[in-house]
Amino acid sequence: MTTGMDPFIPHTYRVDRVRRETRDVTTLELAPMTGERPAFQPGQFNMLYVFGIGEVAISMSGDPAHANSYVHTVRNVGAVSGAIAALQAGAMLGLRGPFGTAWPAEAAAGNDIVIVAGGLGLAPLRPAIYHVLAHRERYGRVAILYGTRSPRDILYHGEIERWRRRLDVDIAVTVDHADPTWHGNVGVVPKLIQRIDFDPRNTVAMICGPEVMMRFTATALLGAGLSSDCIYLSMERNMKCGIGLCGHCQFGPYFVCKDGPVMRYDRIADILVVREI
Amino acid sequence: MEGLERIVLAHPFFAGLEAELGQLVSGCARNLRFDSGKYLFHEGDAANEFYLIRQGSVALEILPPGQPAVVFATEREGDIVGTSWLVPPYRWRFDARAVELTRAIGIDARCLRDKCEADHHLGYEMMKRFLPVVVQRLDEARLQILDVYGKQDKRS
Amino acid sequence: MAELDLSVGAKATLSHLGLQALIEALAARNYQVLGPTVRDGAIVYDAITTLDDLPAGWTDRQDAGKYRLERRTDKALFGYAVGPQSWKRFLHPPIERLWQARREGDGFALGCPEPAARKFAFLGVRACELHAIGIQDRVFLGGPYLDTGYQQRRLDNFLIAVNCGEAGGTCFCASMSTGPKAEAGFDLALTELLDNGRHSFLVEVGTVLGGEVLAVLPHGPASPEAIATADAVVARTARHMGRHLDTNGIKELLQENPEHPRWDDVAARCLTCANCTMVCPTCFCTTVEDHSDLAGHTAERVRRWDSCFTLDFSYIHGGSVRKENRSRYRQWMTHKLASWIDQFGTSGCVGCGRCITWCPVGIDITAEAAAIRENPRASREAEHGGA
Repeated sequence: MTTGMDPFIPHTYRVDRVRRETRDVTTLELAPMTGERPAFQPGQFNMLYVFGIGEVAISMSGDPAHANSYVHTVRNVGAVSGAIAALQAGAMLGLRGPFGTAWPAEAAAGNDIVIVAGGLGLAPLRPAIYHVLAHRERYGRVAILYGTRSPRDILYHGEIERWRRRLDVDIAVTVDHADPTWHGNVGVVPKLIQRIDFDPRNTVAMICGPEVMMRFTATALLGAGLSSDCIYLSMERNMKCGIGLCGHCQFGPYFVCKDGPVMRYDRIADILVVREI
Repeated sequence: MEGLERIVLAHPFFAGLEAELGQLVSGCARNLRFDSGKYLFHEGDAANEFYLIRQGSVALEILPPGQPAVVFATEREGDIVGTSWLVPPYRWRFDARAVELTRAIGIDARCLRDKCEADHHLGYEMMKRFLPVVVQRLDEARLQILDVYGKQDKRS
Repeated sequence: MAELDLSVGAKATLSHLGLQALIEALAARNYQVLGPTVRDGAIVYDAITTLDDLPAGWTDRQDAGKYRLERRTDKALFGYAVGPQSWKRFLHPPIERLWQARREGDGFALGCPEPAARKFAFLGVRACELHAIGIQDRVFLGGPYLDTGYQQRRLDNFLIAVNCGEAGGTCFCASMSTGPKAEAGFDLALTELLDNGRHSFLVEVGTVLGGEVLAVLPHGPASPEAIATADAVVARTARHMGRHLDTNGIKELLQENPEHPRWDDVAARCLTCANCTMVCPTCFCTTVEDHSDLAGHTAERVRRWDSCFTLDFSYIHGGSVRKENRSRYRQWMTHKLASWIDQFGTSGCVGCGRCITWCPVGIDITAEAAAIRENPRASREAEHGGA
């Protein structure tokens, strides 16, 4: 039996590059030991395995059009993610994927685009941003709103500055609190929505971040006139198999690993507000 | 005065205000400019004015002793700064600093409070505009308190 | 002996001798033959070689939280309902090694899984169990990713169904349209006929393979009387179900009542012991464990049964989504009777009654559903004062 056919068995990948983003967030670039990495769509995730420790679901945060590598931005929050975040270049990982549903970046052509990221949520959205910017002429107005805890926690600094320099993208960054050396916005990310220019009847919104932040943001977007079937969230639940066979990631009737992680807001709005669903 | 009235009515906060009421409000208004780094007011000062921001940005901050000031909100063009003038004892509870060159309209608080007392229709129009701002800021403050980007797992 | 028609749908009769020959014929074809046997005061499924292994003359008395074996007055081989186990423990084993890995240089290499176990022949599969196997087929083989281990085990699975002559105290297959008659999914189906000391089996051919296996066993024609008797047995069983579940609109009923006070009521009783998920023939949740040896040279991943009743099941970001008993019971029952329909197109419940029998506090899924149905949206009425 070839390991290629079995979605339970990881393939081995090598860590090519490691970049410390913030005190607890690391980005790794992974290349397959043999063959080519499978194509992926923005919004999908891989199950990353550290020898003898375990596996964790991490979204792709690289450019789907680029190179033979996967880029993953990982935050140290537990045994496995901590081990991944501590890997050096040259280390080996196991990888299963890509799994899950994608951001509607391609299907949203012809619309205004509003991308709202909170904290580490910018990582799963970055592939969608790359896609939109690579095909900028297909979209109307494009706005990227990014909120995080403090200026120290801002991800992808250099990239954000590059995006900011473009004249065809509206980008606003805010932090929950800062010291006076910060000259940017302070406040929660939904507050930025009233600042941007978009046609609510012709906009697709993609939101990623902590669930509470996504709920507040969706509410603010609805308040701004978007309809609930034009808003997409990236959901997260406990994952073990990543392929819809272990039952752990159920969220109402949905499996976050195969009916998500990207889910349309109107389909989940009622479930999101049920306590401990 | 006419120019000021036009500017006041053009600010998003007063969108839709009847011209007559706009005149009343402008009677309490003045044009202001704050250079970068200048404070609009300090914690503890009498809250005598509220501000319509026309250009620039203002940081709201609090200074805990022995620590750098914590900025907890920024307001920009189109926003307003100041709600403490609405409720006794009419004292500012935090500092407000112009982050960059900021132009604003300052509206005399006592002047406006007196006019609202005399004309309840004006008073109600003001309440209808202030309350949503206060409610929205309360929601935003609650989301901030949740510290959603902070580490959730106390064990790790 | 004239050749009988043993094509799919054909009927014949089998004697005791014939049944014994069936077991031997399957063993000769390299099947591991599994069937019911008495052990530790229950009827469980295990390897069998002769008819003597079967629970002749035994029946079970089941009720909420109660299971007891009792002697029958006859020597029926299949005169019981269902025991604590289901065939799931063979097709979807409680523990399974997925792969092994070994350190090599700076990295590691992964080893392929071990070859599949022997092919299984199941003797005594009830109609509800056939449906349960069909339901798990849809879970493991109907999605975008196949469970290759399950697929292997099902590939050469020979199923001998048995039509129930006894309805269990907690059975409600009639409500779920999953029995008591075995309609499809078997190679052969037996109905035990005990009549004036004569003991035989009506056998129905379900597949070409079933017919081939039957052809070389001592068998006889099925008389119209035998067929009528067999039909009567099943009809009688259908009339004596121990429980009833109204499935009309059950999906909407449960999905629209996540805050019903009944969930608090059952939570006060439920121990979250997970018995129900272990005995349930359709529950499929698993977890994975990664092990390594002390020196860190080899590692393996093992998959084992898990239950949504455990606190850790929904663990994420430093806490569990479903902390309360209430939420976990709601998850299990809503999934079983409602969400399953969205996910796999059928109910997840086959009405076998095991969850009722084996719950240590006797929680009855049919009673819980009835309580919610009696007063839907009760919580909302309470909020608005009934106005």
